Parts: sequence; structure tokens; C-alpha cells
Amino acid sequence: MRRLTAGLTLAFVLAAGPALAVKPDEQLADPAQEARALTLGKELRCVVCQNQSIDDSDAALARDLRLILRERIAAGDTDEQAIDFIVARYGSFVQLRPPLRADTVALWFGPLAVLILGGVGAALYIRSRRPAAATGLTAEEEAEVAEVLNSDRAR
Amino acid sequence: MKRLLFLAPVAVFGVLLVVFFLGLGRDPRSLPSVFIGKTLPEFAAPAVRPGDVGLSRADLNGGDPVLLNVFASWCGPCRVEHPVFMRLRAEGVPIHGLDWKEDAEAGYRWLQENGDPYIRVGSDPAGRVGIELGVAGVPETFVIDKQGRVRYRHVGAVTPDVWERKLRPMMEDLRREP
Repeated sequence: MRRLTAGLTLAFVLAAGPALAVKPDEQLADPAQEARALTLGKELRCVVCQNQSIDDSDAALARDLRLILRERIAAGDTDEQAIDFIVARYGSFVQLRPPLRADTVALWFGPLAVLILGGVGAALYIRSRRPAAATGLTAEEEAEVAEVLNSDRAR
Repeated sequence: MKRLLFLAPVAVFGVLLVVFFLGLGRDPRSLPSVFIGKTLPEFAAPAVRPGDVGLSRADLNGGDPVLLNVFASWCGPCRVEHPVFMRLRAEGVPIHGLDWKEDAEAGYRWLQENGDPYIRVGSDPAGRVGIELGVAGVPETFVIDKQGRVRYRHVGAVTPDVWERKLRPMMEDLRREP
């Protein structure tokens, strides 16, 4: 019994989707189109809350954009056309995954460049710190060592 | 060489410090409009004032630089900037209005109570015209040049300070343009 309860609880927890702001009355009748709208909505930034996608945001404008997205999809737009429709009005800032363009190169490759530069710097530093290879003692030094050891024993 | 290796990260850190410090003072809400340098898309908003013509794209290339103010009676900062627009209208600065996301009656009542600074006012109860213009909220104010192109968009209230320091010089420059 206990096991069953635990199993059921786990099943429910795993089955529960993320809490989206998308309301039932906004959804498209066609499940395939609605699924596309949900995927696209996750890619679009809400310009009011800025760090939430329009699917996650409860802002009124996010709802409007969700509805427009569904309108475009129902009208037969491809995913790309639907996204472009909103980008044409709000700019590429609304794309949570920014496109690779001349002005976004730093955004895409900046972190990698910093990592490589830092790695090269660290490598150079570690190399410069490595002690010179040990060489054997010269005859003179051997004699000195022997003398010190002997004198110690004599005391 | 060794010295250079030591100085390079310090210099990079210094540059980043300046960049991020300057970034602190920027308002993340004020994104540049995608229509900067371009005309706004075609739109036609019905009248707010009963029996009036409303506002359409065609009203925005009348040969004089104009302001287009997106407002709503339910918006707090709009109340703050409203007296500024009333004064500007008295000074002869042309302003058009778009009443965003409310019924025309609510907008009209508000204009009757607080004064009406607009030449043309359009009503946008569903907010669809606003979306065409890339409006993210109210108030927003577009500065439009003689050719009907958007030159600047101010997000937030046009306070006397914003007008004096930013919009007035801009409008004066635009008036001098051919």
C-alpha cells in the first residue's frame, strides 16, 4: 500500500508539466498546431518581463503575443514566418535564442574566446613556474655534502 | 614580455569595469524601436472622440516633425506626463495620440477630464495597433520626422526634464532638416 502511494505520487509529480501561463481559452483546437505554438512561445521573450518567455509570462502583452502567434499558425504560417512576424515588430531582442549575425558574434563566441585566452594564459603561467630539470651534483658539491654529514656524525 | 602578460588581464579587467559600470545606469526597459529610421507600418485606429476621424499612418507624414504618444487612462505615468503634453500643445508642438487597450469611451472621458493635447487620437481597445508599432507598454512616445520616419522612441513618461534635455533638441533639429 505504502509502495503504491509512493509510486503514484512519483508518477503524478513526473507527469505534471511546467506551470505555463497559457490559458485554455487561448489554445488552438488542433493539437498539432497548439504544440507548435507552445514550442515557438518558449523561444520568444516577453518584452514586459524580459526574462520570461511569452509562454511563462502572465503579462497582458504576453497573452496578446501568444494569441497573435496562434493566429499566424492557424493562418498557415510556418514556424519561421510566425517568429519573423513578431521579430519584425519587436526586434530580434525577443528571440530568446539570438540568431547568429555580425552583431551577435561576440555574444555567441565571446565566452569561448575568454575561455581560450584564459587557458592559454594559465598554461603559460604554469609552464614558467615549472622548476628546471634536476641535474646531478658536481664533484665539488658531493665533497661538501660528505663533509657536512661527517662533521655532524663526529659531534 | 613578462610585464605585458601581467598588465593584459589588468587592462581587460579595467575595460570590463567601465563597460559594466556604464551598463548600470541604463534602463533595460528602453529598447530601441525596430522602426528607427523607417516609417511605421500601415495602421488605422478608430476615433476616440465621438464623430472624429481617428488616427492612421497617413496622419504621420504631414510635413512637420510630430510626436506620437501612446497612452491610456489606466496608466499612472501617463498622468505624470499629461500636463507636459498640455503645455507643449499650447506652445504649438504637434502631438498625436493612441489610446491603448481600453474602450474609446474611457479614453474620451479621461481626455475631457484632464485636457486633450492631441491633434488626432486613435483608439486601440485590443492593443493590436500597438503590437503593429512594437509597443510594449504605456506610455511610449515616438518622435517622427518630416518624412514620417521614426527617429526615436521614448519609453516611460515624458517628464519636463526628458522634454527639455532630449525631445526638444531632437524636435528642433528635425524641424531644421529639409
